[in-house]
Amino acid sequence: MADIAARNPAVVTGDRRSSLHKLMQRKSTIAFLMALPLILLLAILVAYPAGFAVYLATLNKGMTRFVGFGNFEFLFGRDTFWLVVYQSCLFAITAVIFKAIIGFVVAHFVHNIPSKGQRKWRGMLLVPWVIPPAMSTLAWLWLFDPSYSALNWILAHFGIGNVPWTGEAGWARFSVILVNVWIGSPFFMIMYLAALKSVPEQLYEAASIDGATWWQRIWYVTLPMMRNIIAITALFSLIVTFANFDIVRVLTAGGPLNSTHIFGTWAFRVGIEGGDIPLGAAVSLFMVPILAVAATFILRDITKRGSEV
Amino acid sequence: MANTAVATGASTRPNYGSMSRDRTWALRWSYFFLVLFAIFFLMPPIYMLITSLKTSAEISAAKNPWWISNPTLQNYIELLTQNQFLVFFRNSAIVSICVVIITMLISVIAAFALARMKFWGSATLATGVFLTYLIPETLLFIPLFKMFAWVNEVFGVQLMNHWWTMIILYPTLTVPFATWIMIGYFASIPKELDEAALIDGATWMQTLTKIFIPVALPGIIAATIFTFTVSWAQFLYPLAFTTSTSELVLPVGIVTTLIKGDVFNWGQIMTGALLGAAPPLIIYAFLMDYYIAGLTAGATKG
Repeated sequence: MADIAARNPAVVTGDRRSSLHKLMQRKSTIAFLMALPLILLLAILVAYPAGFAVYLATLNKGMTRFVGFGNFEFLFGRDTFWLVVYQSCLFAITAVIFKAIIGFVVAHFVHNIPSKGQRKWRGMLLVPWVIPPAMSTLAWLWLFDPSYSALNWILAHFGIGNVPWTGEAGWARFSVILVNVWIGSPFFMIMYLAALKSVPEQLYEAASIDGATWWQRIWYVTLPMMRNIIAITALFSLIVTFANFDIVRVLTAGGPLNSTHIFGTWAFRVGIEGGDIPLGAAVSLFMVPILAVAATFILRDITKRGSEV
Repeated sequence: MANTAVATGASTRPNYGSMSRDRTWALRWSYFFLVLFAIFFLMPPIYMLITSLKTSAEISAAKNPWWISNPTLQNYIELLTQNQFLVFFRNSAIVSICVVIITMLISVIAAFALARMKFWGSATLATGVFLTYLIPETLLFIPLFKMFAWVNEVFGVQLMNHWWTMIILYPTLTVPFATWIMIGYFASIPKELDEAALIDGATWMQTLTKIFIPVALPGIIAATIFTFTVSWAQFLYPLAFTTSTSELVLPVGIVTTLIKGDVFNWGQIMTGALLGAAPPLIIYAFLMDYYIAGLTAGATKG
């Protein structure tokens, strides 16, 4: 319809204002129709389930009766729940910090070498991010194997005895964080490398003329220029890491003695495997506050940049 | 040498010499640490490959685990002639290809509408798309589980335990991201281009297919690669919603069927994992630059 009006110049010149108005109206109708599949998909399969989770969490196990905050009260009284809260925060925060540090350091090294070779190194270092996490975690599980651990075989050469990678609570926590850092730091590396390349060379020249050491150059030039990217990458990663499932599920399945369960895996254990859907929904809802905080900061950054442009 | 240069009055010379010496050392250290990090990052996939080329007898022998004495393709042959594994592969391939097609259709058209044809509430919708991108699947799988039971009761359509259910579910993970990338790419196209097309009498659809899609092709390729990678790697939804071995997709199939109780056949597991990782890795090897461009665009373009 709109094409006829747009294609026929006589219509436009003849009754200019009203046809333009009509054209605009049609345009927005067409636009709405074009976005409709997206709206339906997100409304039915994302927004609705998210709201439905809140309702589910207020039902009893058989989903026959409304129990209000009963599920939450039950969770607060359980030690395992507090263990999961502790482990989720420890896992997400430690992993994000290490990913950011390693990503930053590696990005610097890649940035240092001649640009001819950068593509090759970048390509090699991003491989952990490309492999499906469940598959690469299997490789780690095999590297951590209690009796045939290839890592322990290497460590034995340095005089370090058998490390119980997934067998002991402390080590198991370390292992899931290690695997997460291994998968995630290449992403940080790529983001920081892109940010490093956008820092104008003149700033470094000015800094070295003023006699700045390499540390001062990083602290007073690189970091302030990269602040936005560092923050937004860390927030993104915090959301993804906090909501992680694959790594913990494949590597330890929550064990030993629930010490590595995070919200996602425990919700799966309780809700799907344990058959208590409302309780599982209640567990997963505890992810919402931290997700909301991170999302708010990300959105604020994006709208701020949007208005600058 | 440097001293004589100072003595003869060429004052920039010695300075330059020491800077280039610093530079050489910085370069050597950079390479040294890059090699260390590359070893760390590539160790698991390389160990997958090493293990996949060994026989079970060699794996359980207490020898150097990083060395292969008798390389063999037996694990690959066994796995690739096994009907079950081929079913997983087929399920994964069909699901991923369908999800890529559905995602790109929905998101390219919607991104065009959101970036160019502003309508009432379009700005809010763009923000909403971004928000749904931040909602993780770990929050949604339990309500979806219940919703599927309800659909079965009311409409008599069983969504549980079918691989094709994933074709309906995965777009929730891929569409918000793909739309977001495409909004960014479309917004960077100069307005004059589509105005010129409209003045020449092009319809909105023609503007999209003749101008926006060709110009934003790198973005479309990046979004396609991502959609494929995400749907190939998805683990939680198939683990929660499929159980029969004929309905599993590759990652879940490898994790649940190759590990039989306490008996771990590591040679086969590593072979399966490597074959499961192969399609995204091959695509990445050929289209690395698009992949990286999409990665940085996703979070930085706004």
